[in-house]
Amino acid sequence: MIGRFSLFPEQASTVAGQIDAIYFFLVAVSAVFSLAIAAAIVVFAVRFRRSKERQVIPTWEGLLSLELTWTIIPFLITLVMFFWGARVFITLRTPPENALQVYVVGKQWMWKVQHVEGKREINELHVPVGRPVKLVMTSEDVIHSFFVPAFRVKQDAVPGRYTSLWFEASKAGEYHLFCAEYCGGQHSRMIGRVIAMEPAEFQRWLSGSTGTTGNPSSMVSAGQQLFEQLGCATCHQENSGARGPNLAGLFNKQVALLDGRSVVADEAYLRESILNPQAAVVAGYQPIMPTFKGLVSEEGLLQLITYIKSLQAADAAPDAAPAVKTHATLQGSEEQG
Amino acid sequence: MTTTETTVSDAHGASGVNYLNADYGVRSWLFTKDHKRIGLLYLASITIFFALGGLAALMIRLDLLTPAGDLVGDETYNKLFTMHGVVMIFFFLVPSIPAVIGNFMLPLMIGARDLAFPRLNLASWYIFNLGGAFALWSLLSGGVDTGWTFYTPYSTMSSNTNVISAAFGAFISGFASILTGVNFIATIHRMRAPGMTWGRMPLFVWAMYATSIIFVLGTPVIAITLLLMILERAFHIGIFDPALGGDPILFQHLFWFYSHPAVYIMILPSMGVVSEIITCFSRNRIFGYSFIAASSIAIALLGFLVWGHHMFVSGQSVNAGLIFSFLSMVVAIPSAVKVFNWTATLYRGSVWLQAPMLYALGFIGLFTIGGLTGLFLATLATDVHLHDTYFVVAHFHYIMVGGALMGYLGAIHFWWPKITGRLYPEGLAKIAAVIVFLGFNLTFFPQFVLGYLGMPRRYHVYPDEFQILNVLSTAGASILGVGYLLPLLYLVWSMRYGPKAADNHWGAVGLEWQTTSPPPTNNFEQTPVVTGEPYDYRDPVEVKDVA
Amino acid sequence: MHDAGAGVVHGHAHQFDDAEQQYEASSLGMWLFLAQEVLFFGAVFATYAYYSFLHTDAFEAASNHLSLTLGTINTVVLIASSLTMVFAVHQAQHGGKRAQIGWLLATMLLGTVFLGIKAYEYTHKFHEGLVPGALFTYSGPDAPQHQLFMCLYFVMTGLHALHMIIGIGILATLCVLAQRGWFRAGYYTPVEMTGLYWHFVDLVWIFLFPLLYLIGRH
Repeated sequence: MIGRFSLFPEQASTVAGQIDAIYFFLVAVSAVFSLAIAAAIVVFAVRFRRSKERQVIPTWEGLLSLELTWTIIPFLITLVMFFWGARVFITLRTPPENALQVYVVGKQWMWKVQHVEGKREINELHVPVGRPVKLVMTSEDVIHSFFVPAFRVKQDAVPGRYTSLWFEASKAGEYHLFCAEYCGGQHSRMIGRVIAMEPAEFQRWLSGSTGTTGNPSSMVSAGQQLFEQLGCATCHQENSGARGPNLAGLFNKQVALLDGRSVVADEAYLRESILNPQAAVVAGYQPIMPTFKGLVSEEGLLQLITYIKSLQAADAAPDAAPAVKTHATLQGSEEQG
Repeated sequence: MTTTETTVSDAHGASGVNYLNADYGVRSWLFTKDHKRIGLLYLASITIFFALGGLAALMIRLDLLTPAGDLVGDETYNKLFTMHGVVMIFFFLVPSIPAVIGNFMLPLMIGARDLAFPRLNLASWYIFNLGGAFALWSLLSGGVDTGWTFYTPYSTMSSNTNVISAAFGAFISGFASILTGVNFIATIHRMRAPGMTWGRMPLFVWAMYATSIIFVLGTPVIAITLLLMILERAFHIGIFDPALGGDPILFQHLFWFYSHPAVYIMILPSMGVVSEIITCFSRNRIFGYSFIAASSIAIALLGFLVWGHHMFVSGQSVNAGLIFSFLSMVVAIPSAVKVFNWTATLYRGSVWLQAPMLYALGFIGLFTIGGLTGLFLATLATDVHLHDTYFVVAHFHYIMVGGALMGYLGAIHFWWPKITGRLYPEGLAKIAAVIVFLGFNLTFFPQFVLGYLGMPRRYHVYPDEFQILNVLSTAGASILGVGYLLPLLYLVWSMRYGPKAADNHWGAVGLEWQTTSPPPTNNFEQTPVVTGEPYDYRDPVEVKDVA
Repeated sequence: MHDAGAGVVHGHAHQFDDAEQQYEASSLGMWLFLAQEVLFFGAVFATYAYYSFLHTDAFEAASNHLSLTLGTINTVVLIASSLTMVFAVHQAQHGGKRAQIGWLLATMLLGTVFLGIKAYEYTHKFHEGLVPGALFTYSGPDAPQHQLFMCLYFVMTGLHALHMIIGIGILATLCVLAQRGWFRAGYYTPVEMTGLYWHFVDLVWIFLFPLLYLIGRH
């Protein structure tokens, strides 16, 4: 809990206990070896201390069996550390399919959080207990790092790309959020709170108006507004003669490019296509899309991407997409995320 | 080792002609080609830098007494920890043992008259100071606040401090390292005394050899990295700028490709020192000579393969993380082997707890803790939580201060009689060693706890509940400071008022002890010939002038 | 030491036992220095390789900004200069002063021609608005990646040119020493070591040229 003195952080996520288990193992191994060495030194220094008489010292050159023993056994112990740590690490880097997606943009010196449903937060992140949450993050300027000690998770937010981390809160409460990559002047003030709430309470918060900063419209509708304002619909239409590829049902599909490569249309691809359209032109189309760099913010990009993700294949033209999707449908489109 | 055909002056070197009194005047020092004088020139330079870096540390710890950071402002704090890192790493730790003790002792230990390239040696000292001048200029012109790691894009596009001067200073000082490395390798290969085979070299020489490999192969990469960063900042050309298709993470790869091996530059020499001290003060042959020698080379080479363990959460792929984590485990093993071998050397020896030995034994204990805590960071899952927290700060200070610096102090004390022909006050030295050990642990052990609690690094202000541990740490730092001040005072005092030392005060074996204290300019009246094994303490030498 | 008839005669520096040890040490020292240079240039080459992999098409297109003709001429010039350097080393060991100085000067001349052509290329880039930074005016497709390519072009060839300039300076020093009669069969180490350095700098160009000038040519 924030503000309470302790010597060990509380466990507030499903993975915290797993990481602490490895930690305790490492502490035990370290304690055993450090104490053994210290004890050996003290015992030898006392038992074999120098005395006044000249002594003939028996030569003691080495023992291959001893060398091999104390090489192989420590190596095996480190292998245990490696495999155990790797397994939990892979868990940390594999978000569950049904994770609730939240978008985070770091900038000097604040965290801007956008929920898909429209709630926006500054330096705070409300999450439900018992439900995996995946953060998709980027930075507007320099490298930051999103760190929640109580959850034992951390990931850098890097400008120019998307990174992600996931967690499942296991205990309601308020937990420290720190920026963990030095970012200049007020790095140590780029802190906040992660507020884990029981699911029902979280739903109430999500649909209520307390605690929001900024307009309550969903990211999808905000993205749709941008899509229209920036004129994307002029080229990106459903009909076959359109100047730009149809975006409906595009997200996470394989795309064949003009230069012969084939890529997956994930968030990074969509972002790059908006900012640097010539980099990955779709096969069968001309490289005529203008760049929108400088015309749309990082948050705007996330809104556009969320909108594009929401576009269903074949059954809906872009301008018929509903302004506000139900929670269930949003979940459906997030499943691909 | 047994030697023949060596004529050693019986008169105490201090009253005869030696390298200190062979020539007088500032010019004779500033234009010297004598490796021993150059070692002392380096000693003067790095002591000044250590004082600067230590002052920054003092300010940092004082400021961290309160959660609100009342002593200095945000910007000043950021500049303090940057200067602390830049000065301590590039201008103290990297040169410390190689440029002071290595320069002084290497030719003596192998029975040579000087290093292979004496003029290059002097040039390296001037280059080093030129780099230091640029770093100092950045300090005087308002400071630099990027952290010693200079991460982009902050360093190239956001910081408004004098980054270029500081980075350029580090860049230039790298060439001094390269020249030292070239000099040492050529010397070790070509200038050993007759009979000194590779298997008869002192382990300190093996350590210098391994360190020099890293100097030569690693330093040019940081040179290019800093150069590219400086060009981007100066001319706004975006090599690491994502808006131009550049990659800020590439900077991290290039930076850590040198900076990880750099930590082995900082620890291998101390390990060499510990090998020398442990045998002398146990009157025993070193246990596992070939394993220690091989471990030094293994650490130097493996150290180039693990840089990605600094980047597990920076956006690196999972597979890269797996590879780097595994290799980081592997590189830990040779260090563990050394610790076991040193401890075994005490067994059935004749342990003499003089100040150098206290530093060496302290090294073994503290380095063990530091090395083991490195495993917490090499393990992927725990590193996610611990990266960029005070746990990392504690880990590397255990190695750099508890390890490297204690080794440096041990070396200074061990070879002080040889270098100056004088004895330091042994009682006071023992007290100082204990103060350093206790102060150090109080300073840095609480930081392990702080780190797991989640207190990030480089934080000027922090949540209230972290205060108690920070106060403990600062208390320890003040004790540690006293522990460092004492040697500064009594060592300087001893240069004038200390009793004269015998040629071989400790009764050690090793070629450097077979000549006068201080040595003559040409080191040996006649080139020694080596016929015996290293660390042959079968015939203990009687010790004169024991305190 | 001076030998009345033959100019300067060398013993060896005091730290060495004999001339052979001195030669061995110098040779090892130069090879170690070159090893360091491999890592030095290697770091920029690695940076280039990474970006070239990320932006293959753009880099291939950007390569066409460079003059293949001038690059080829420079390659021939440098290889020729390595040849003259080989002769210079040979003459240092076997020949008289005039031959030594002659071949050293030839190498310097070729090196200077190389630098002259490079200077011309750089100025041309400036006029074309291809110098990265504030003066970059190219606005075709993938302009940012073209600028990145040009950054790497200037850094890589610039560092190479700096090494050439230093090399030419060393060669000039060797000419002076040759004039004083320093080099003969028993002692020509400085020339041989400079030869190693010169060949290495040439070798760096042999890698630079295809990477910068030849990718993207069809």
